[in-house]
Amino acid sequence: MADDKLDVVIVGGGLAGLAAAYCLSEAGRQVLLLERGDEPGSKNVTGGRIYLAPIRPLLPGLFDNAPFERHVVKEALTMVDGRNTTTLSHVQDRWRHAPYMSYTVLRARFDQWLSAKAMEKGAFVIPRRRVDDLLWEDGRVAGVRAGGEEISAHVVIAADGALSFMAEKAHLKQPLVPSKHAVAVKEVYGLESGAIEERFGLDAGEGAAHLFMGSITKGRFGGGFLYTNKESLSVGLVLGMDALMQGPEQFDVTLNQGPEQFDVPSLMGEFESLPEIAQYIKGAELKEYSAHIITEAGVGGLSRLFTDGMLVAGDAAGFALNMGVTVRGMEFAVASGVIAARVIDEALKKNDFSAQFLSLYERRLKESFVMKDMETFRHTAEVLANPRLFTVYPACISSLLDAVFTIGEGPRKGLYRSAMDAAKKHAGAWSAFKDFLSLRKI
Amino acid sequence: MTMKVEEKLTRNAIRNAKESHIRLDQTICRTCVERPCIRLCPGRLYSQSAETGEMVVEYAGCLECGTCKIACGRKSVSWEYPEGGFGVQYRYG
Repeated sequence: MADDKLDVVIVGGGLAGLAAAYCLSEAGRQVLLLERGDEPGSKNVTGGRIYLAPIRPLLPGLFDNAPFERHVVKEALTMVDGRNTTTLSHVQDRWRHAPYMSYTVLRARFDQWLSAKAMEKGAFVIPRRRVDDLLWEDGRVAGVRAGGEEISAHVVIAADGALSFMAEKAHLKQPLVPSKHAVAVKEVYGLESGAIEERFGLDAGEGAAHLFMGSITKGRFGGGFLYTNKESLSVGLVLGMDALMQGPEQFDVTLNQGPEQFDVPSLMGEFESLPEIAQYIKGAELKEYSAHIITEAGVGGLSRLFTDGMLVAGDAAGFALNMGVTVRGMEFAVASGVIAARVIDEALKKNDFSAQFLSLYERRLKESFVMKDMETFRHTAEVLANPRLFTVYPACISSLLDAVFTIGEGPRKGLYRSAMDAAKKHAGAWSAFKDFLSLRKI
Repeated sequence: MTMKVEEKLTRNAIRNAKESHIRLDQTICRTCVERPCIRLCPGRLYSQSAETGEMVVEYAGCLECGTCKIACGRKSVSWEYPEGGFGVQYRYG
């Protein structure tokens, strides 16, 4: 067969697409990656932090000199009840020593670096090129259409992010509905590295990850985050879309929450003015305001992962997981890109691009941490949908500590009595017990 | 006093295409009472025109998050990516 087809066309220069491009080029395959932004990374948003342990073995040595921001040595969780806050902070000495567990990251910089690595291996990365459609041949995917040009390939990898128009066009994607998504808003503030280390109590190069939950989301599913980068801070809010759609009247507004503002920009504005956040971003200059949707459906929200001539990887497939205090996506993207590349390399050896052969991709994913973790945390979304987690419990902790630490005029109640009063005021024993049981699912 | 979202958007690098990548079907928008797009858009780009009563979207500040595409249950929003090289270019991300 006279072969004017490329081996692989990859749609999207994010971590899944770039990891696949890197591996396929390393295997000597002809790879073209199309990216709609000025550079790979320029349309991409993360919270964000990447956990490295799961992906180091997949790409040995590659990440040793990657342009990460800071390795995370300090984890903090703040429960917010109006303007009252309770913070739990944990420093694990092990995290201070290489190999580091996780790093904060900024995607524009990181994705450009990974793109350069893929190009060193021989991949063609073409920016400013939007893919408009898939090419079909005898009912199978046979390439893409981009800017009026038809590009034929044996296999297409749809790595075009959470909205994945390519997976949708191939009828692999579940309908995009509010109940399965959250909207994330993020601000990047420039701040000198010395000031960051001083404000967060860190040594040079060390980073902190700080999560927030409670009344900042007004009883809705979601939470806030604050990550330290080299010379900037990433501050953001994740809000469940379904709960936002329902409007103010559906929620208990009596819990010390102040005047109700129900639009996303206002919720973000309130969050950044919280004293707990304001102390860190004080004097820092806002550099960028970004937003993106996040898949929150877990394993139940995955797209179909393959069809004749095409695989779906990363966010496009729905590989993202909210495990409560840890939120993951980037390592799933890298791993699914690597696994897709390996399966395609085998498909090219056998010259078989059928759905039947490409189903190997799903089997390999099931053997990997990607699908295993997605399966283990199958029920997190329903557990986290419990509004009491965002209202009652933070308020309860806040009143308890208030009772413990406050000395007023009259004689004080005993500690046990104070604790019982706080618990009774905020949480019926039975619902609290049920909530406790539901935690066994995660 | 926090910064207004309109000012936050000015911090972004954006190269605007001549035409909007977001189109609204006004016949559908007229029948919509909830208008979730107004509250959910992180850039606060949706509003109802005081003169015509029609829904308006300022595509020029779009963060390309996709929220409106999902939030609009009536499918009035047709949303595609801006042409290659156009739209927001995140320098941090």
